[in-house]
Amino acid sequence: MSRDIAVVAFAQTRHSGEDLGLAEIEMLAPVITEIKEKTGRRRFGFTCSGSCDYLAGAPFAFVSALDTVGAWPPISESHVEMDGAWALYEAWVKLLHGDIDTALVYGFGKSTQGHLRAILTQQLDPYTVAPLGIDAVSLAALQARAYLERSGAKEDDLRAVAARSRAAGRSNPFALHLPDPDGSAADHDYDVAPLHPYDVAPVTDGAAAIVLAAGDTARELCERPAWITGIDHRTEAHAPGVRDLTRSESARLAGEKAGADGIEVAELHAQYTHEELILREALGLGDDVTVNPSGGALSANPMMAAGLIRIGEAAARIHDGTASRTLGHASSGPCLQQNLVCVLSGEKNG
Amino acid sequence: MPSDTGPSEPNHVLEFPGGYTRSVGPVIGRFLSELRDGRLVGVRTAAGKVLVPPSEYDPDTGEDVTDEFVEVGPAGTVTTWSWVPRPAKEHPLGRPFAWALIRPDGADTAILHALDVGVFEEGAKPPRFLKSGMRVRPRWRPDRSGGIGDIECFQPEVTTINAPTRLEYELKGGRALGRFLEGISQGRILGHRCPVCEQVIVPMKGLCPRDGVATSEEVELPDTGTVTTFAVNNIPDPRAPEVPFVSAYVLLDGAGLTMLTLVAGIPADQVRMGMRVKAAWRPREEWDRTMANIKWFEPIDEPDVPFEEIKDFM
Amino acid sequence: MADRCAIIGVGQTAYRTKRLDVSMAGLLREAAKRALEDAQLTWKDIDAVVVGKAPDLFEGVMMPETFLADALGATGKPIMRVHTAGSVGGSTAIVAAGLIQGGVHERVLTIAWEKQSESNATWALTVNSPFTTSLVVGAGGYFAPHIRAYMRRSGAPDHIGTLVAVKDRQNALKNPYAHLKIPGISREMVESTPMLWEPIRYLETCPSSDGACAMVLASEDAAKKAPSPPAWVHGTSMRSEPMTFAGRDSVSPQGGKDAAADVYRQAGITDPRRELDCAEVYVPFSWYEPMWLENLGFCGESEGWKLTEAGATALDGDIPWNASGGVLSSNPIGASGMIRFAEAALQVRGLAGEHQVDGARRALGHAYGGGAQFFAMWIVGSDKP
Repeated sequence: MSRDIAVVAFAQTRHSGEDLGLAEIEMLAPVITEIKEKTGRRRFGFTCSGSCDYLAGAPFAFVSALDTVGAWPPISESHVEMDGAWALYEAWVKLLHGDIDTALVYGFGKSTQGHLRAILTQQLDPYTVAPLGIDAVSLAALQARAYLERSGAKEDDLRAVAARSRAAGRSNPFALHLPDPDGSAADHDYDVAPLHPYDVAPVTDGAAAIVLAAGDTARELCERPAWITGIDHRTEAHAPGVRDLTRSESARLAGEKAGADGIEVAELHAQYTHEELILREALGLGDDVTVNPSGGALSANPMMAAGLIRIGEAAARIHDGTASRTLGHASSGPCLQQNLVCVLSGEKNG
Repeated sequence: MPSDTGPSEPNHVLEFPGGYTRSVGPVIGRFLSELRDGRLVGVRTAAGKVLVPPSEYDPDTGEDVTDEFVEVGPAGTVTTWSWVPRPAKEHPLGRPFAWALIRPDGADTAILHALDVGVFEEGAKPPRFLKSGMRVRPRWRPDRSGGIGDIECFQPEVTTINAPTRLEYELKGGRALGRFLEGISQGRILGHRCPVCEQVIVPMKGLCPRDGVATSEEVELPDTGTVTTFAVNNIPDPRAPEVPFVSAYVLLDGAGLTMLTLVAGIPADQVRMGMRVKAAWRPREEWDRTMANIKWFEPIDEPDVPFEEIKDFM
Repeated sequence: MADRCAIIGVGQTAYRTKRLDVSMAGLLREAAKRALEDAQLTWKDIDAVVVGKAPDLFEGVMMPETFLADALGATGKPIMRVHTAGSVGGSTAIVAAGLIQGGVHERVLTIAWEKQSESNATWALTVNSPFTTSLVVGAGGYFAPHIRAYMRRSGAPDHIGTLVAVKDRQNALKNPYAHLKIPGISREMVESTPMLWEPIRYLETCPSSDGACAMVLASEDAAKKAPSPPAWVHGTSMRSEPMTFAGRDSVSPQGGKDAAADVYRQAGITDPRRELDCAEVYVPFSWYEPMWLENLGFCGESEGWKLTEAGATALDGDIPWNASGGVLSSNPIGASGMIRFAEAALQVRGLAGEHQVDGARRALGHAYGGGAQFFAMWIVGSDKP
């Protein structure tokens, strides 16, 4: 079964590194309003969202988010307890077989209201790993060490990733504007060695929304639709001790299945600098590929939206005509356990 | 004999200074030496049975055992048990525990030991999960000296782990709710009128869930309304005064939707659909930015509203 | 437009208050391995895994499918996690079916679960934030006023809920996996139990269970190789509406009516009571049987209780509802919807054992959640659609 499906609109908050005092739905509502205005549609064939109860500290975070959509009369709707990128995947599948032409996808998270590192510990194996109290940054640092030793890359190479990402982020009005890692005393300190503070994505609040459309509807709603030529996601085993942390086999597989070749611009959901290097290798992205012109997650990482934003940013490069073949990537789980790759093309737009 | 009787200050003590010196022989000696190394062993009889703790003879026949020692367990199965609700000072544990006969895996006999099944108050009844057939394992002392006490006690096999989790948040209620609670702190009930459906939403959310549009037109509502439907709750809740208590949907006068609140000031079995009610506010000096300023809603002396007029608010 | 989708394997765990004998992985694998065995497949035959469960707070593991990925044979494969509150078991099956219907995969393992005994259901469902303004006392406290409103609107006599409580528990005695088994269950027994949330009595409520339910879904090609008769998906639908808004009917929500109309349209059904042979419907409080009979169009408004009273929904009635014993007999919340979907499939495959409805060829699976605002339904049949 095949059907031409495209990203036709993308909207996001101006992401914040501090709590602006808004409830989740107050943060999300303007984004939903904006994307309705951009597409001129108030109703969509399907709606799917991504969010996480643990960020809100209460069950059913997604229920009140539905209030922003205007779900009356009742709508065909679903939710994943995952990054919005997987909500987009679910919507893409629905467009493949359903009697619908449009889908609204959104993701949101307010990471500033809890202790994100401690929250992420709750995602680990509850029998033998979480009880140790190890946090996400410490786990990532184990992976960074393994990668540096295997590849011969140095901490300076990681800093270069941070410097490039932050510079790009400073020219993105939606990202946090973070200073260049300039070798100041604070930069010399490790967060968890070998990772410095700038190697770690900032705790960020934010939301994003995307509209997908099929065939002629896509062409009606967008001058240059970003056609999804391939999308796939894969996972690896959970325990960090049973896999090769220096490579991302799941990203490689997802990239292969999604047809990740000939890419001009890639938006990678790297939450740590070394993850970008591992992902570049896994996805076969050479030096000629522009990576994270938005600044990436290292400049703004609203949980549950950051992966969706990567797809939105990759699509936006096609919408604005700056590229004709781009890649959006999302990850989930500790040490890049799970990866999603979405390849977008403007080639059908002539 | 109850363990708490006996003289608190004895007038006679029979004690060999320094304790007896006992020779253990080759079989018990091997057993205790292995215990000190953290292993549980038995000995095989000529008939092929494995005895734990080992003895130098087959208890069935009196024949010498073989010289084959067999590592067993250390996990085992409780074959029988007793429960000590008030431990004596000689007992190995200072809190209620069980004595148990435990047959280690690979053994044909059982070993007697204490079985610790958790923390109980003195005098506690035996827990229901304590049963024959229960799987247990030794708790080894870190410093062992070659005695049965090298196993401090047995304890149940791990079937569950306790996983305390505590995550701390700094939640913000958001602007709309903040404004609503500000009103409540002044004794006012505020809502928003939706520009599309023109209904008043209370408490307001800054948007209309039905129409998906932002709302900002503030409307102050009276603190009177009508019970549309309700439940009589017989399960205690810390937020309610007593059981039975009534949780009811109240349609405030002028509102487009109901609020779930407590209804009191009337016996639960006299609450009615259509009953008119008014907010019972706590004393003004106790007001804060919380819905708790309203204790509950209580009946007022007005005729009930006919069901036909409220049936679409459920 | 959609490819055909078949259910070729179903697996369930025993549902119990506490499954202390298994870890989370063990619980899921118990159901998954039975589903694979039913389909005579192994882990390596599976292309993708779709997991569903209700709030993570039940087990205190955030996105637990992350650590369970390899326990579900998903290494190197896609795995997704659906969460749509109480309807999630149904939504999860629908998402999994979509992967077949969209031609993305040939064989998908879908599994929904809850291990409620790791914490406490009331706590996990109603963690209040400092800004909570409503007073909801457990799920029963939320739904009791709606039941009262139904009774008033429909004029139903008080004993109807009791009849459902008895009927579903009698059915449970024929289901080897069911949690609540009450030999000799009777109206007197139900009526002797206390009112928890009047008008809901203790035995008119669902239990809190540990359990998992799994299915193997397959494309038409893959289904040809299945060892037992498959069930075929004739239609799926999901609908959501906000929990509170001016003019909402919480007693017979529009979302349920719309989802039913959609799934009937897909399956070509105009008279569900006549054209369906049985239904597995999410009835966590006994009164929801007559309420959903009306909402799902099995009868006219205010007529649902008359069907229940006449025995139409009993195992030997003309339209048996919840032959498995339903949610009233087993309720691992996240799995409860998928159990409905899977039991509907078992009925049309003729594999429901002692609680088989004779000659069942088309069945409805139904789930709902949140404040009766999320709905998921499918219709399955013995024949290819």
